[in-house]
Order: sequence, then structure tokens, then C-alpha cells
Amino acid sequence: MSEKLTEESLLITKGRFSNVVNKIELEDFEINLLLQAVLFRYGYDFHHYARASITRRINNCMRKTGLSNISEMIAKILHDVDFFELFLKEMSVTVTEMFRDPEVFNTLRQQVFTQLKTYSRVNIWHAGCATGEEVYSVAIMLKEEGLLSRCQIYATDFNNHSLTIAEKAIYPAEKMAEFTHNYILSGGKASFADYYQAKHQHAKMHSSLKEHITFANHNLMKDQSFAKMHLIICRNVLIYFDQVLQNQVLKVFQQSLLHRGYLLLGDKESLDFSDQSKNFLCIAKKQKIYQKINYD
Amino acid sequence: MIEQMTTHQTKKEGYTALVIGVSAGGLAALELFLPQLPKLFSLAIIVLQHRGQNSVKSIEDNDEDFLVDYFKARCTMPVLEATMGDKIKTGHIYIAPVQYHLLIEQQQTFSFSLEPPVNYARPSIDVLFESASHCYKNQLIGLILTGASSDGSQGLKMIKLNGGLTIVQEPSTAEASFMPTAAIASHKVDYILPLKDISTFLINFTLKDQGDD
Repeated sequence: MSEKLTEESLLITKGRFSNVVNKIELEDFEINLLLQAVLFRYGYDFHHYARASITRRINNCMRKTGLSNISEMIAKILHDVDFFELFLKEMSVTVTEMFRDPEVFNTLRQQVFTQLKTYSRVNIWHAGCATGEEVYSVAIMLKEEGLLSRCQIYATDFNNHSLTIAEKAIYPAEKMAEFTHNYILSGGKASFADYYQAKHQHAKMHSSLKEHITFANHNLMKDQSFAKMHLIICRNVLIYFDQVLQNQVLKVFQQSLLHRGYLLLGDKESLDFSDQSKNFLCIAKKQKIYQKINYD
Repeated sequence: MIEQMTTHQTKKEGYTALVIGVSAGGLAALELFLPQLPKLFSLAIIVLQHRGQNSVKSIEDNDEDFLVDYFKARCTMPVLEATMGDKIKTGHIYIAPVQYHLLIEQQQTFSFSLEPPVNYARPSIDVLFESASHCYKNQLIGLILTGASSDGSQGLKMIKLNGGLTIVQEPSTAEASFMPTAAIASHKVDYILPLKDISTFLINFTLKDQGDD
């Protein structure tokens, strides 16, 4: 363990500037400035995002846009609104597919939808819906269970670009084979082909699925509860947040849910380390389905 | 310049974590090596083994990850699946789950991401190593074992740049030599060791490291 920091990782200045700055420290400093600039100029607070993964995405965005350092990006963010739109798009991860993790959808159908049938009106909030694949998956299942007509689904995201794609409901035709496979595994009761129309390279989801979905911009970093829900679906969103923001968001969910309302999280997410664990009962551990048990 | 670099260094605290990247041939390699480590081994170990989605299910059918079960039964060190927000503790072996990138945050906790594959892999060794290096800086040891991919080379180089220690399995002792060879080509690796010597090396090295204080 002799010289522990190699020369290449240090920015060494000579003469009267005697600071030796580690490149990691410099990058951290620049990222702090960048996050402050974004908050100051646009009101989006990324300070409570999981730092390691947002650092990756900021660096990826920098390379994609041909910038040579994060400080250059700060200037663009402050002065170029179009660049910020692009930045925002790069900051959200939109990898999704229909009926992703089929057994989760199967459990949702069997354990949650059967309960939802006892209500005359059902409100569902799909928070962080990205490009909409999962919203349509849920709508298809609700339809098959005879529930869709009494449902109001709120599908929200902070990324307007994703919301536009979600509203159009047009997906690459080449994805349909995989989606069909997932649909069958998730306990689909009909033929998946009944739910879309393929034309050239594209497949458009049936408009009847959309009738009960409202797409809207909602920012989990700052926006509050907007209606009482029977079910909230928020998968693979909390993984990008730190514990503080996770707790804040889960509180909004807890406040939004009706008594005995359901919460569905992503595969790697749980309430175990959160402030809300006492307010929920885990009804399917592996599928990450929770039920609210306390009154506010 | 040397003086400046020395003054910049914080109090030497020794190594606290070991990240391991392994791909094809990994199960056999890990089995020769992880069970040899003593119960009170002084490092936290984070293992990333490339594997398909279908190789995950445990034989016990208890919803546990196959690799976690497998090494729990064979290691004296406690073996766990890496979970979100979990504080990484020394003396424990953490296994990266499939499908998600695994990252290490500044607070020495795990986080996950569904960003696209890197080097055709998710989880990617580069992603884990880079974030681990950011967090542990000169207290990190990176180890690349057998594999048929170039994943991990950049991450290992980053560990070295940030003052950490890098070790690569001697390619001729690897079931698939591509990954160790690529890692060796990426930078001046500290140690290139035959698989059978790695556990002894690490035990002696960490003992010496602690004794140095």
C-alpha cells in the first residue's frame, strides 16, 4: 500500500495553486452545481436521487450530447430550455415492457382484482408510467375481469416525452411476440392479438383500452396526492431515489390510498426499510404487493 | 508532487471491500475460492456473476436466489443477496441479483438501475466496479476472474486510478480466458494470480494490511 492515488486520477496544479484535487471530488462538485442549477432554473430537485445511478446518467448524457465536461452542461441547462428537455429525458429510465414479470400480473389479477370487484367505482394510479406498456397491460387485465368500465386509471410521469408515447399507444410491431409470450404467462384469458392492430412496423393498442386512462404530468419529487385510490402501481421508480425521497413518495402513496387499498412495487423495492412499513401489510412478498392497514 | 500527493491522502484505514466480477465458468471458480475465506474475513465481498434469467431459481424452491443458496451452504462467511438500501457490512458476502444493474452509493449501500445493458450485460461488472470505486476509493480491491466478455476491464482500471488494488486471475488458469486477458490489457494490474492462490493471497494480504496500521 504505497502510493494509493495514482497520478492519472489527480488534477495537479503547480506554483501558487497548491490544491491537489481528485477527479472524483471534482466530478462530485460539478454534479452538485448541476443539480442546483436544475433546481434553480426549472424546479426539479434531483438531490434525492440515488447518486451513483444519476451520476452515470449525467455522464451518459454528457457523452451523447458531445460535451466535454459537466460544467459545460451547467451552462446549457441554464440557458437552453430545449437542452433541458433532452436532459430530463435522459434522467429517467424508461425500459419497460408489457406484462413485465408475468407472475406479478398473475398475482395482481388473482389477489387484488378479485377484491376490487367489490367496489362500484375503482381508482387506480400508475405512478411513473413511462411509455405506457404497463398501463395497457393493466387495462387489458381489468377488461378481462370485467372491471375496466368502472375504473379510472391515472397514468402519470414527469417525463413529457414518455407521456406522449404512452398516449399514442403505438409500439414497435417486433415487440409483440415478446409481449404475447408475457401475456400468456400472466394468465391472459383471450388472445393478445385482439388488443392491438398491426400496421407496417407498428402496433397500435385498441382505443377502447384508453377510454378509462387519463395521462398526466405528475412529479413525484414535489407533487402531492390528487385523488383517493384503490390501487397504486409504482414499479422500478423508487430504486432511483434515496431513502429520504423514497419515504416522501411512500407517504404520498399512503395518503392517497383508501383504507385497505393496494400498493404494487417493483421486484427490488420493498417497504422494509421505510417509515411506512407499519402502515402496510405485505400480501405477496415476492410480487411486492402491499395493503394499507391503518387509517390516516 | 509526491509530497502533495502524500499530504492529500487521508489517514490510511486499509481495505474495506472486495468486488469480484466473473462470467463464464464462474460457479466453479467461485466455489474454489469463496469457501476458503474465514468467517471473520475483514472485507465486505460483493460478487457479480453474469448469468441468464433462468439460472436464478433455487432448487429448494424457497424463492431464494440459486447462487445465494449455493454459497450459503458452502461458505463460512455469511452470504446474502444484495438488496436496495442495505448497508454493506464487512465480513459478509453479497451476491448481485439478475436483471438489474447493481451500484454502490456513497453511504455504502446498494442501489439498482434498469438502464440498458452495458457490454451486453445487466448487471454489468463495469457499472458495479465504477460505482464501488467512487464510494470506496483507495479502500477497494477489484478482482476479475474467468469469463468470455470484456465487461469489467474499464471498471477495474477505474479502481486502479482511484488508488485501489487490482487483481486478475492468471488467464491460463481460467475456464474462459477472454475476460482476464482483457482486464490485464486495460491497465497495469497489481497482481495476476493462479485461481488456486487467490484465497491464500487475500487472507495473507488483508492480515498484513491490518497489521500495517
